[in-house]
Amino acid sequence: MPVSQANSKVVYDALKACGIRLLSVLPETWLVHLVTLAEEDPEMVLVRLAKEEEGVGISAGAHLAGVRSAMLLQNHGFLASVNGIVSLAQLYRIPLLLLVSHRGGFGEEHPWQTEGGGVTAGVLDALRLQYLTLDAPGDVATRVRDAQALAEASLRPVALLLGRGLMWED
Amino acid sequence: MLRVDALRAIYPELASRIVVTNMGAAPAELYSLGHQPGFFYLWHAMGLASSVGLGIALARPELPVVVVDGDGSVLMNLGTLTTLARYRPPNLVHLIFDNEVLLSVGRSFTTATATGSDLAAIAAAAGVPRTATVRTEAELQEAFTAALAARELTVLVAKVEPQGPSSYFIDLHLLENRFQFQRHLKGLGRPA
Repeated sequence: MPVSQANSKVVYDALKACGIRLLSVLPETWLVHLVTLAEEDPEMVLVRLAKEEEGVGISAGAHLAGVRSAMLLQNHGFLASVNGIVSLAQLYRIPLLLLVSHRGGFGEEHPWQTEGGGVTAGVLDALRLQYLTLDAPGDVATRVRDAQALAEASLRPVALLLGRGLMWED
Repeated sequence: MLRVDALRAIYPELASRIVVTNMGAAPAELYSLGHQPGFFYLWHAMGLASSVGLGIALARPELPVVVVDGDGSVLMNLGTLTTLARYRPPNLVHLIFDNEVLLSVGRSFTTATATGSDLAAIAAAAGVPRTATVRTEAELQEAFTAALAARELTVLVAKVEPQGPSSYFIDLHLLENRFQFQRHLKGLGRPA
């Protein structure tokens, strides 16, 4: 499976370095190694979700209780979480860090991913969420740290899109 | 049983605990009985009160957490029962007031519990280790006290009349509540 194990580790290490201690996830292909790393890490509380919107509530609870968390999800899961993001994370000023695998972009081979790929940036813009794409391993540590800093300073959700260039080895 | 009487019956147990409510009648009635710094009212984001409670329970395993929910809210996020059961936090009690309607919209539109969907049975089938349905204040008091003492994930369904308060207004802005609640949790000590 050509999902990059090395770059998944770079992303995971960056999350650990900025103090993330709870991850809620709905697994998908690009996230497999990240989920495995969290499963094998005794310092990480891993919550596997039935549907992504639950993770917004779990992260909000963790934040109020003093624990840094993040969500790992596919962009279609982000689309499925929009009301939770608006009516909880934004309404209640929760610094929610979203790591979103950006399926359906350039190079995508699966037809079912392509509609979501095309609307993800537009929905992020409509929600006024600030976001950056992680496409090169050298940028990951800085961007994850900066995203967490912005989320906590703004008390709003911030998204990092996991790009094909980072996650997939063709 | 009226929900406000049910809340009154267990209020002494709720007052010192971390309580997360859904939106609508339950927070208005709980607030009318007396706000406490450990009470967090989740206006909007229907269905996510149980997820917020799970996040707190996992982040602070030493704190007993009670989620006060409703049938309409739980039906919007039924998957939450499988996630609760999967991680089974022993410090979480999920109390669902089931009035079989969506009350706060102004007319009583029935939910699926009015036509037989049994939330306690669904929770049990999802893997929640302790579940019960109660119909009187005395039954609720007994089951709720036992659930807190058991230190095991519990889902309690309390059947109540489809009646709410005359007003849903509470004189506490949701952000004021949010920051006070966070500060209260911080004051209860460091995360484990």
